[in-house]
Amino acid sequence: MTGDVVVAVLHVAVVAAGAPLLVGVLRTLKARLVGRRGPAPWQPYRDLRKLFGKTPVVSTTTSWLFRVTPYVLMSTMITAALAAPVLSSRPPLAFAGIILLMYLLLLGTFFLTLAGLDAGSAFGGMGSSRAVAVAALAEPTVMLAVLALSLRANTTNLGGVVEGLAHEPLLAANPVHLLAFFAFFIVMLAEAGRIPVDNPATHLELTMIHEAMVLEYSGRHLALVEWASAMKLLLFLTLLANLFFPWGVPAVLAPGALVLGALVLTAKLLALTVAVAVLETAMAKLRLFRVPELLAGSFALALLSVTAVFLLR
Amino acid sequence: MTRGVYVLATLLGAAGAAVGITGMLGPPWSVEVGWVVPLGGLALAVDPLTGLFVALVGATSVPASIYAVGYAGGERRGSLAYLGFIAAMLLVPLANNVMTFAIAWELMSLASYVLVVRTRSDESAHAGWVYAVMTHAGLACLLSAMLLLSAWTGSGRFTDWAAAAPALGATARAVAWTLLVIGFLAKAGAMPLHVWLPLAHPAAPSHVSALMSGVMIKLGLYGVLRASFEWLGAGPLWWGPTLLLVGAVAAVGGVLYALVDRDLKRLLAYSSIENVGIIVIGIGAALTFRNAAADPLALLALTAALYHVVNHAAFKSLLFMAAGSVVHATGTRDLEALGGLARRMPWTAAAFFLGSGAIAALPPLNGFVSEWLTFQALLQNVQLPRPGLNLVFTLAIAALALTGGLAVACFVKAYGIGFLALPRSAAAESAHEAPPSMRAGMLLAAAACVALGLGASVVVQPLLAVAGALIPAPAPIRIGAGLTLQVSDGFASVSTAAVAVALAGALAVPLAALTLAGARRRPRRYETWGCGRLLQTARMEYTATAFANPFTRVFDFFYRPVRRLQIDAHPESRFFVSRIEYANPTRFIVDDWLYGPVERALRTAARWAVAMQSGSPNAYLGYVLAVLLLLLVLA
Repeated sequence: MTGDVVVAVLHVAVVAAGAPLLVGVLRTLKARLVGRRGPAPWQPYRDLRKLFGKTPVVSTTTSWLFRVTPYVLMSTMITAALAAPVLSSRPPLAFAGIILLMYLLLLGTFFLTLAGLDAGSAFGGMGSSRAVAVAALAEPTVMLAVLALSLRANTTNLGGVVEGLAHEPLLAANPVHLLAFFAFFIVMLAEAGRIPVDNPATHLELTMIHEAMVLEYSGRHLALVEWASAMKLLLFLTLLANLFFPWGVPAVLAPGALVLGALVLTAKLLALTVAVAVLETAMAKLRLFRVPELLAGSFALALLSVTAVFLLR
Repeated sequence: MTRGVYVLATLLGAAGAAVGITGMLGPPWSVEVGWVVPLGGLALAVDPLTGLFVALVGATSVPASIYAVGYAGGERRGSLAYLGFIAAMLLVPLANNVMTFAIAWELMSLASYVLVVRTRSDESAHAGWVYAVMTHAGLACLLSAMLLLSAWTGSGRFTDWAAAAPALGATARAVAWTLLVIGFLAKAGAMPLHVWLPLAHPAAPSHVSALMSGVMIKLGLYGVLRASFEWLGAGPLWWGPTLLLVGAVAAVGGVLYALVDRDLKRLLAYSSIENVGIIVIGIGAALTFRNAAADPLALLALTAALYHVVNHAAFKSLLFMAAGSVVHATGTRDLEALGGLARRMPWTAAAFFLGSGAIAALPPLNGFVSEWLTFQALLQNVQLPRPGLNLVFTLAIAALALTGGLAVACFVKAYGIGFLALPRSAAAESAHEAPPSMRAGMLLAAAACVALGLGASVVVQPLLAVAGALIPAPAPIRIGAGLTLQVSDGFASVSTAAVAVALAGALAVPLAALTLAGARRRPRRYETWGCGRLLQTARMEYTATAFANPFTRVFDFFYRPVRRLQIDAHPESRFFVSRIEYANPTRFIVDDWLYGPVERALRTAARWAVAMQSGSPNAYLGYVLAVLLLLLVLA
């Protein structure tokens, strides 16, 4: 029992503490790739500390929902961290499957998009409308990519998928796997608000999605929202790392195994972060109404992947 | 006096729920009274499936009737029809022969028709007309199939059909199934037979809309279940995939129309079409699995479908009641004229918020459980070794996932535009909270949404038993530790109760941490930031139309939007604009491609038929003679 609690706290702590660092490393890498020096990788921690120290300003037009949302958003991310196979293939919420995880993230999107509308500014509404459109259109791809994986592991349980696929050494060379990986990668970019779908570094109203939606937030509310967004990115990258490359994910909850799992995860995340940084540097942001085409492309990849499972069996 | 009618309706609903639950859990029984009606007499029978639907009608009538006390108040028109409507809906699943069924079904349609046209406006007259046409077209299909089956099997009693059906030829069964399914799906509102639904549901008073959407359309699905799983025996393989595709089209189409609608109640009506689609996907999956001899999976899919039937009754009646409170308080259903209601009517807003979360399938509420079960049933289609079927299932999974995402967007729009930010009209500005009886009705339905979500491990047992009565198979769902639903021996598992605990705990942690760190300073209240403009008005808010615009653009092949922009300039200079008129209506491809041509063909046929109507009695007598001679020759 105490062991379970310790593991659960460890899971959440790794995701919560690692998320700002991941964002910081990503920013540093991007800065170096374009020849800037950029801030230190731990700059996001400083930003969070600064924001937590400030008094939040809340619009007079808002209802209770606006003030509750940062906490609910954080709560969905913590629960998602408990449900995801982060350090081992036995997450604290052992029953959790990918569908639960996706709907938990949708719960956060639901609250955040409503909060965007609550202040009554056109920016918030615009951001909410776009964010919810991207989330809705990404959903079929997620499900089909999951289907491709679960068909091979014969379970939708996250831990089960990791353990089931870890026994196949030539996994990454399989077309099913590659197609599903690329489909899920595009969805990750969309859901986490990265280039080419959204630009996290902009405040230009024509292009922004996430930043427009959270424009009214300030102080500790903004800190929680930003922190939760970083956790979302970390969780998506972790899913990509551990579901599609399940090597080295321990299936036991011993302290040594967990440390090893953390090291392996760090290595995988670093590789994925480099990939994202290179991609973001090499690509421009897509026009908003080209984004659905990108998502349709990722859907086609996922559909091909599932069809390949049926044809190759 | 009219309040007494609604109290009576509440009692009738409670009695119905009690009868239904005993029927669901107890032994089956039946009564036949020969002399009441001709052609077979009155025949009633109860088995678990009947019990479930009777209980559902009864249980949904209770909050709706309590709500009606405050909503309809002393309004006399329609109160008796309301009572008759509930009684007829309770009778439909009980009917055990063609005659009883036809009477109950028609009574239900007539009572609801009376309620739809109650307000005597052009809108409700048109809605009533379309409803009457569609419901009778459906009845024609049902009656012809039922009479054919009676003739072929030699009995009008439903329970006799199951025994006699396997002896029928393949064509006979295909004809009967197609007619029955078309008739029942017309009542359920599946696309493209849905045209009456978005007209009739908003036109009816809200407690009636709650019942029409919550349970009446489910009786159509009840009929689909009976026809597909019982009356006609084991069918050919194409029945299931057909229903899967029909369900997928209804789910995606329904939610797409809901997404762009700005009438709050019509939005909910379209969302009912979406949910009927989700249920039909479940039924179609169950039928495919059953006819492919994968019985445990069929049982899982059917349980998921029944769970969604129950869930939809809970959250859709809740949403219609909350929408009714909004209409009651503001007199408008137009989202563009609402807003700011979360602060003016907190109870109603909370009810609508909870209903939105439930219908968007957000954990840990009830909609999540049934959609999750449906997904798990669909995902296991790999056990069927037929690539063609697998592909249909894959499409259904994608459709269901897209529906889930779009439903979130749709209800973010409904709640965010309708209830949040500043009021967009004087009516919304002066809105008031609903009276206690209306709040009590909503509270009951909201409690049901929460209980059906958190208590999934309890609710799923009787539903498995009901589904098991149609498909005998070992139960595919077991209850594990921590109230976990375990599907198909480790294929998947979930526990909404544990998720709720985790969410609540995770909500408390940051709050407690911030309080301990002394970082919870009181927020400063200030106006919304707006690029330095002088004052904020509701005209600066995002509108429902603008919110849905990305979807209109992405799915323009479906909506076929027409953009009309007219700018009137001042006569002196074209740079002084005096008026801008902008309209961006969407069109309905079903109307363009199906009902339009049918209507034109009917009109042409009518013009031809006019030639026969000369007004001369001699000519008419001649027609009679000619037909008589023709019949004699044919005989």
